[in-house]
Amino acid sequence: MINKFMLGVGASLVLTVSSFTTATMAKVEGDTITLGSSISLTGKYATNGLHTQRGYDYAVDVINSSGGVKVGGKTYKLAVKYYDDESTPARGAQLAERLIQQDGIEYMLGPYSSGMTKAIAPVSEKFGVPMVEAEGASRSLFTQGYKYLFAVLSTSNLYLSTAIDLAAESSSDPSSIRVAMAFESDPFSMDVRAGVVDAINKYGMKIVIDDQLPADLSDMSTTLTKAKALKPDILIVSGHSKGAATAARQINEMKINIPMIAMTHCEAAKVQEKFPKAADGFLCPTQWVETLSKSDSMFGTAAEWNEGFKAAHPSYTSVPYQSAQASAAVYVFKEAFEAANKFDQDAVRDAISGVEMETFYGDIKFSDAGNNIAKPMFMRQINASGNYNLVETAKDMAFPRKVAY
Amino acid sequence: MLDNLQLLFVWAPIINVQIILEGIFLGAVFALSAYGLALVWGVMNIKNLAQGDFVIMGGYISLALSNYNLSIFIILPLVMIIMFFYGLIVYRLMIKRVIDQDMFTSLLATFGLSLLMQQVMNLIWGPEVQIIDLDLPVYDAFDGFVTIPSIKIISLILAAVLSIAIIIFMKKSRTGQAIRATAQDPRAARVLGIDTDQIYAFTFSLNSAICGAAGVFVSVIWVLQPFYGITYSVRSFAIVTAAGLGNLPAVITAGFGIGLFEKYVGAIIGTAYEVAAPVSMLLIVLVFRQISMRKNRQAVK
Repeated sequence: MINKFMLGVGASLVLTVSSFTTATMAKVEGDTITLGSSISLTGKYATNGLHTQRGYDYAVDVINSSGGVKVGGKTYKLAVKYYDDESTPARGAQLAERLIQQDGIEYMLGPYSSGMTKAIAPVSEKFGVPMVEAEGASRSLFTQGYKYLFAVLSTSNLYLSTAIDLAAESSSDPSSIRVAMAFESDPFSMDVRAGVVDAINKYGMKIVIDDQLPADLSDMSTTLTKAKALKPDILIVSGHSKGAATAARQINEMKINIPMIAMTHCEAAKVQEKFPKAADGFLCPTQWVETLSKSDSMFGTAAEWNEGFKAAHPSYTSVPYQSAQASAAVYVFKEAFEAANKFDQDAVRDAISGVEMETFYGDIKFSDAGNNIAKPMFMRQINASGNYNLVETAKDMAFPRKVAY
Repeated sequence: MLDNLQLLFVWAPIINVQIILEGIFLGAVFALSAYGLALVWGVMNIKNLAQGDFVIMGGYISLALSNYNLSIFIILPLVMIIMFFYGLIVYRLMIKRVIDQDMFTSLLATFGLSLLMQQVMNLIWGPEVQIIDLDLPVYDAFDGFVTIPSIKIISLILAAVLSIAIIIFMKKSRTGQAIRATAQDPRAARVLGIDTDQIYAFTFSLNSAICGAAGVFVSVIWVLQPFYGITYSVRSFAIVTAAGLGNLPAVITAGFGIGLFEKYVGAIIGTAYEVAAPVSMLLIVLVFRQISMRKNRQAVK
């Protein structure tokens, strides 16, 4: 009896010790480096969660088929382990802990949306797990002093402030401009709003409508009715894909003719396809344009990345930038692994921090806080044939917007 | 908020027309869905937490059918028939077994059904927000201040026709009589030769069909998303609680009332509070009732 007991204790000790050793080596098993990601495959962020996952997977495929990642003289393939966080921050944090503690993941790719990233960042920070994220643009992610968080995208406050700048450029008296805005009350949209409000205050413009949209938005008619009565000079909407879809539909139905309309997530909501008449003239910010003149040795030019991605996913007529930045995040990891030439998490973290490269997505260089300071936001305008035209100055813009409904 | 009040009543009172119209269109859909819920609740004492998901499912079926370029007048009866049989299957497989159980069991069962339906719809149609754009003309009046897409008018008329049809059915037909009898006293109904199981099956399927119809309107006027069912469930519950179970005119009035209240709250206080409107209205009604019924309350000693 005692023998069996000692045997049991001994066996469990051995198992525990061996599991510790496998944990530190975990997620670089054999010739595969496994990155972990908690991503929204269901719930309100599922649309873009899917775009993101496809971006990650596409980059992994391209990198693996172009010779993989070379560390310490050996070649490794990349793989990603996903969990569905159901667009719920609490669940995302739980899953991140599970990835790190149970699955032994040592490097993470970010979730979709600033809200989810805010929930997961403390977890990865606590365990010293470097996370390169591509979909959390909230400025407040980078004021917390996180050392292990890096973002390849431009921060959210820049998203629509460019629209205000364009409005000011097109007017002889910027302070006379009246702004109507509708934002969803989630962290990302609120950050976009903060950037817009900063820009508005800079020019001394007036806010005539400042509505907050609910999370289960399907009807913006009250906001638009007020806009018809008040006749603002510019309408700004930000509410993820559903906000853009609802706004486009109801702008069409209510025959809104405000001189300038700017909203986020036009591409993700496919407004130029679904509401071609109403979408004419919409200004849409984008992190990335496929006509960008940037390129790299892995994916080629922006156009080449675009073609490759479309070939892998023929259902897209216009690839959302969420997928492009996801691919860029994976690329950063590859470069960091090779630069560090080892898998120690702190070494990889330092390597990521030192990354300075041009990619098909744009230039990447991280500030001390972890956000990308080398890449600006681009503004595009949808024209009557449903194409997106890059707007670099106010002269490139079709203004005022006048649609014959 | 003061600015909004001034806007509505002093500077541009014409927009009241738009807000009232929006409220009516919204209320019509809620009233339909609430009536279905009241029916199931009154007859079988099942509180159907999946009501909103039935609505969204009807919307998705209508989306699938719209790919065949059918007119809405054909899509509507088709969706109702498909949803009727779906309701029948759900009844036979699940609801039948929870009718005689306590309230908690039936709530859990329908909650589970709701989750199942949401996830299946997400798997089939994806998490993207979907709409059907029938591209019908938009009428405008008062110099463009009031715009009414013709599809909303058509939906309102169809909803009205459907409600009247159901009322007539419940009043005049034998099955309608049987349903009312079963609602009043199931045992007596059984004694008189009514097969209550069949009646329950029919009632549940009818509710499913009504939700399907509401879903068709939702898909052409607003947006569909697998997880948006909860908004319709919440409002249906609010309406049914406010209006009472057997009272169809009250349900319809309450439905329109909630629609209007929601839109006005959105216009005056802010769109963010539109969601709070039906729930707070429910709260007000309940508190009001609590106070006004004080005299009738007695304690059993």
